[in-house]
Amino acid sequence: MKYIDEYRDGDLAKGLASAIAREAKPDCRYHFMEFCGGHTHAIFRYGIQDLLPSNVRMIHGPGCPVCVLPMGRIDGAIHLAKQPGVILASYGDMLRVPGGGRESLLKAKALGADVRMIYSPSDAVALAKAHPDREVVFFAIGFETTTPPTALAIRQAHREGLSNFSVYCNHVLTPSAISSILEAPSVRDLGTVPLDGFIGPAHVSTVIGSQPYDYFAEEYRRPVVIAGFEPLDVLQAILMLIRQVNEGRFEVENEFTRAVTKEGNMKAKTLVAETFEMKRSFEWRGLGLVPYSALAIKRQWAQFDAEARFIVPEFKTEDHKACACGAILRGLKTPADCSLFATACTPEHPIGSCMVSAEGACAAYYTYGRQRRKS
Amino acid sequence: MKLDLEHGVVEMAHGGGGRAMAKLIETIFLGNFDNPLLAQHNDQACFSMQAGRVAMTTDSYVIQPLFFPGGDIGSLAVHGTVNDLAMSGAVPLYLSAGFILEEGLPLGDLAQIARSMAAAAREAGVFIVTGDTKVVEKGKGDGVFINTAGIGVIPDGVAPSGERARPGDAILVSGTLGDHGVAVMSKRENLAFEVDILSDAQALNGLVAAMVAKVPDIHVLRDPTRGGLAATLNEIARQAKVGMELDERAIPIKGAVRAACEFLGLDPLNVANEGKLVAICAGDQAERLLAVMRAHPKGADSAIIGRVTQDADCFVTLKTAFGGTRMVDWLTGEQLPRIC
Repeated sequence: MKYIDEYRDGDLAKGLASAIAREAKPDCRYHFMEFCGGHTHAIFRYGIQDLLPSNVRMIHGPGCPVCVLPMGRIDGAIHLAKQPGVILASYGDMLRVPGGGRESLLKAKALGADVRMIYSPSDAVALAKAHPDREVVFFAIGFETTTPPTALAIRQAHREGLSNFSVYCNHVLTPSAISSILEAPSVRDLGTVPLDGFIGPAHVSTVIGSQPYDYFAEEYRRPVVIAGFEPLDVLQAILMLIRQVNEGRFEVENEFTRAVTKEGNMKAKTLVAETFEMKRSFEWRGLGLVPYSALAIKRQWAQFDAEARFIVPEFKTEDHKACACGAILRGLKTPADCSLFATACTPEHPIGSCMVSAEGACAAYYTYGRQRRKS
Repeated sequence: MKLDLEHGVVEMAHGGGGRAMAKLIETIFLGNFDNPLLAQHNDQACFSMQAGRVAMTTDSYVIQPLFFPGGDIGSLAVHGTVNDLAMSGAVPLYLSAGFILEEGLPLGDLAQIARSMAAAAREAGVFIVTGDTKVVEKGKGDGVFINTAGIGVIPDGVAPSGERARPGDAILVSGTLGDHGVAVMSKRENLAFEVDILSDAQALNGLVAAMVAKVPDIHVLRDPTRGGLAATLNEIARQAKVGMELDERAIPIKGAVRAACEFLGLDPLNVANEGKLVAICAGDQAERLLAVMRAHPKGADSAIIGRVTQDADCFVTLKTAFGGTRMVDWLTGEQLPRIC
C-alpha cells in the first residue's frame, strides 16, 4: 500500500532500533508518554516494545476519546436513546461502552431503543432528513480531530432547515488533558510522574498544529515530538525524544511533517471557534474534573444542542474502587499492576476506562501483549 | 395462476399451506433443485448410506445485503454447509434447505437465490433433497433467512479434529484472507466504498478431497468464517491445549483487503472468510500438503503461515513484519470501526 508500507518497513525499523540502542545512555532511564490511543495501538500491534532497550519505557496516556468519557455521559446518551421518537446515532466503538448501570447503547438497542451506528456526522444529518417525524440525536465525542465534522453537521442541518437534528456534545481538548496529567492535585497524592517527554498526537495535531505544545515544552521543560501513527513514525519520535533528553533540550519537534504544520488547519479551527465554546469544567473518566477541557455548543446554535432540547439528567457514577486507571493514565502504574486486569476486567466486561476501547492501554495490552507477562 | 416473478412479492399466503404455497415451492424450489429424491414430494427424503462414519451439520444464514460482490445468501447457504461437512474430511452428499421469507420479498429475488443455490449445489456435487418454507409478516424478517443442514460420509483413515493439533505441527491456509468480509462490508448501508474484491465464497470439498487423498492424516481442518483466522486458531489452540506462532509476512492478504481494513481500522485476521480453510498437519508433511493445495484451483494461493507450539496458556502469537511479537486474540463483540 502506497504511503503505508513505507512506514512499516522491517529493515528501516531495525536501523532505527539500533540507533535508539546506541543513543540511549545505559545509566539513564527514559519515560515517554504517548498521549494518543492511536500510538498506544501501534506500539502494541507492531510489538514496538520488543525493539526498545529496557531503559526506554513507554507510558500510555489518556488519548482515547472512548475511554475518557465518564460513565455519566454514557448514561446520558442511553437516556436520550430511550426517549420516545428519538433515533440516537453514534460512532461504532461508542456503542458497546458500558455506562453506570452496566448498560450500553448496544444493550439499549437490544431492548428496543433506536440506536444507529454511523461513520460520520453527516450520516446523522442524512438520517434526520430521511426521518422528518423522528428526533435524530448525534452522540458526538472525540478530540480536536472529530470536532470540525460535528461543526459542519450543525451547519448543514441549519442550511437545510432541519428542526429534528441535535448534537449531544462531548468533544474534549487535548492540551488541557496534558496539563492535567502534569499538574493535577491527584498527581501529588499519587507521587511523582516519571515523564521525560511526550509523543504528541497525530490526527489532533493536523487540526490544531504544533503551536499549542510550545507551552508544555517551555513551562514543564519536557520535549514534545509530534508523530504519525505508523510504527516507523513512533520509533523515529522515540529517537528524537532521546536525543532531546540527552542534549538537555525541551523543544516541540514535528516528526509528522507530511500532515502537521505549526498553525494547523485554520479553516477547521475557525469553524470550531464559531460553533463551540469552552466548558468551564468537564469530567474525564480516570482523570476526574479537568478545567476548560471540553466544548459546548454556542448559544446561537442552541436549537441543535440536545442538552437544550431535551432534559438530560446528570448521572453521577463512581469508578470501581480497585480500578487503577487513574494511575495508569498518569504513568504511575502499568495495566499488569492492576488487580482487576484480565480477571474481573476484560474487553468483554470492561470495568475501567483503559479497558473500554480497543485503543485504551489495558485493552491494547490485553489484546496484543498478554504473552509478555510470561517473559 | 402463474407466479409473477418480475413484479410479484412474497405474501403471507405463500406460507399458508394452501395452493399459493404449493405454487411457490413448485415454481421456485422444485424447478431449480430438481433431483429424484426431492421429486418424491414426501415430507422426508429416504436414501441409503454406505457403511462407515457419517458427518452431519446445520447452519443458518442471515446475511445483509442478500446479494454481494461474488455471491448471495443462496450460494452462501450451500457453500457454508458443504464446507462444514468437508472440514471433517467428509464427502458431502445431501442437503436440506429451510426458508423463512419476509412478506414483501420480491419473488424475482427469491428465484435468483434459488437458482444460485441450485448452481452451487451442482458445482459441489450435492443434492438438496428436502426443505421447508415459512412466511413471516413484514418487519419480522430480513428478506430471507435460510437454514441448511447437510450429511456426508467420511473416508476411512481420515479424522481431522480440533483437538489433534500437536506442538511441531505446521499451520496452512488455502488462500488470501478477509475477501468475503470486505466484499460484504463494501455493500453495507452507509459504508459503500469502491473495492474490486469479490467474496471468496466457494465449496471446498473438492480441495479437501485432493488433500486427504495425498495426506490422509491431516490433524485439523477448519474454515475460518465469522471471527476470521484469529478466532479459528484460538478455538483450535484451546481445543488442543497448545499455542501457535504465526509469521505475518507469510499470511496471504490481498492489497485491496489490507487497504480497506486499514481504512476502517479493522484487523484482516478478524475478518470473515467463506471459501478458505486452515489445515494443520505434522511438520514433516507440510510441504507435501502445500504442494497438493497449490495444485488445486481453489488452493492456488495456499501458504504455510506458522507452527503449533507448546503453551499451557493457549496463546496465538504473531511475529510482525516489523520485527516485534504480538498476540492474535479473539475479537471482542462485533468488529466495529474506530473513531479516529
